[in-house]
Amino acid sequence: MLWITIKRIIKSGFISFWRNSSVSLSAVFVMVVALFMIGSTILLTAFLGTGLKDLQDKIDINVYLDATAQEAQILDLKSKIETLSEVKNVTYVTRDIALETFKARHIDNHRIIQALDEVGDNPLTAVLTIKAKDPAQYEGIASFLGGKAEISPDALSIVSKVNYNDNKVAIDRLSKLIEGVRKLGSIITAVMVGISILITFNTIRLAIFIARDEIGVMRLVGGSNQYIRGPFVVEGILYGFVASILTLIFFYPLTYWLKSATQVFYGGIDLLHYFVANFVQMFFIIIFSGMALGAVSSYLAVRKYLTAR
Amino acid sequence: MIYFENVSKIYPDGTIALEGATLSIKQGEFVSIVGHSGAGKTTLVKLLLGEDQPTGGSVSFDSVDIQNVRAKDMPDLRRRIGVIFQDFRLLPNKTAYENVAFAMEVAGKSDEEIASDVPHVLELVDLSKKMWNFPRQLSGGELQRVAIARAIVNHPDLIIADEPTGNLDPVNTYEIVQILKKVNDMGTTVILTTHNRGVVEALGKRVITMDHGKITRDDMMGKYAL
Repeated sequence: MLWITIKRIIKSGFISFWRNSSVSLSAVFVMVVALFMIGSTILLTAFLGTGLKDLQDKIDINVYLDATAQEAQILDLKSKIETLSEVKNVTYVTRDIALETFKARHIDNHRIIQALDEVGDNPLTAVLTIKAKDPAQYEGIASFLGGKAEISPDALSIVSKVNYNDNKVAIDRLSKLIEGVRKLGSIITAVMVGISILITFNTIRLAIFIARDEIGVMRLVGGSNQYIRGPFVVEGILYGFVASILTLIFFYPLTYWLKSATQVFYGGIDLLHYFVANFVQMFFIIIFSGMALGAVSSYLAVRKYLTAR
Repeated sequence: MIYFENVSKIYPDGTIALEGATLSIKQGEFVSIVGHSGAGKTTLVKLLLGEDQPTGGSVSFDSVDIQNVRAKDMPDLRRRIGVIFQDFRLLPNKTAYENVAFAMEVAGKSDEEIASDVPHVLELVDLSKKMWNFPRQLSGGELQRVAIARAIVNHPDLIIADEPTGNLDPVNTYEIVQILKKVNDMGTTVILTTHNRGVVEALGKRVITMDHGKITRDDMMGKYAL
């Protein structure tokens, strides 16, 4: 009996969706707008996320070492720094590598290359590049290196310069910017999702308002509340499903078009690639949001007409 | 079967729709309720369907006090009453067949029962040829016949026809009344509210006359006395 009822409710929802095509079409289009907002938020978050991560990766502090420092001393210092919990990683750039990198960077500048040749010896020092887990932790790491308390004087004696203080202002600004953008991202997400819910709910409420007389007739004929409500919920789910598919189809050309525009940004990502790579995840988020929004909105909207006896 | 005991209905704005109405209707009766607009006919019907609550007195159907029926049991009660309205009240996006089938579906009838009963009942109201038409493709008389088919398909104990011929021409009116008579002959109680003198006189059955919310006459072999 229950199975027959469910079968009839689903069938009735499908038929109603098909026969009320103009209402269905309007509801689907409005839901496409709502779901598009949710999808855009996902892409925007990805875009901001990669941008910020890239920016964060650019921040580091360099510990310049004495030219006379021995390999063993350097490795000892490196491992000591690595034991700090704030440190994500420490990269050791030897004098030779530093020289090669320098040469490679200035390969077109003959004067510099010439000057280097004249000096003869490698004028560059070895460097330890430290990356923190969080930009806010650089201050702690720098004071640790300056404080000398925990590292034996012997280990620190090879440090000639730490560039933190030179870059302190820039690092602080970047940290604040990253934090601010993150907060803004969350606010935008919340607003977008809120607007989507409102748009969907009101559209479905209008669609059901049109059918309020039918609900009255169904009640008079002896339809139970669940039996009357069921097909409307199925219809709501269908609105959501169709709208989700349309939204996902629509995102492909959009991300393709945005691809070049977003890549131009510093640290920007290829949105098309992101969309294709994360398609399954996006598919489920959009489909689930669409169907859940449709179902819940219909359920609530019909309830209004079922409260009286 | 149906009892109205000293029933009154006063709306919040002070309008008296029904005042001290007492009447009883036996199983198998055909009762016409006549009266001018605003006499209280539709209020009587609404109270019987549980759509409205009386201000005083009680309405019972098969010894069940309708005002005490819980909301979740209301559908069961309504499935025992077939209703026909002046404005037909069919589901616009369902065909004639589906409109009738819907009443059976909500009553939990099986697919086999629906497939055999719906064509049969549509044939009874002479609509076999138009069972796949939508309401917008049917005339007033045909719409009312679909509504009657829907009302009788579950073999209800009672049929309430609220001004069923109000929107119909004389030929269709005659046909609808004949169908209702046939339904009554098969044992179903019928309550018909109407303005139509011709209908009432042709029936020659019990007539209850109402005026300003009161029952003014109740004649077993009634005539239209307004």
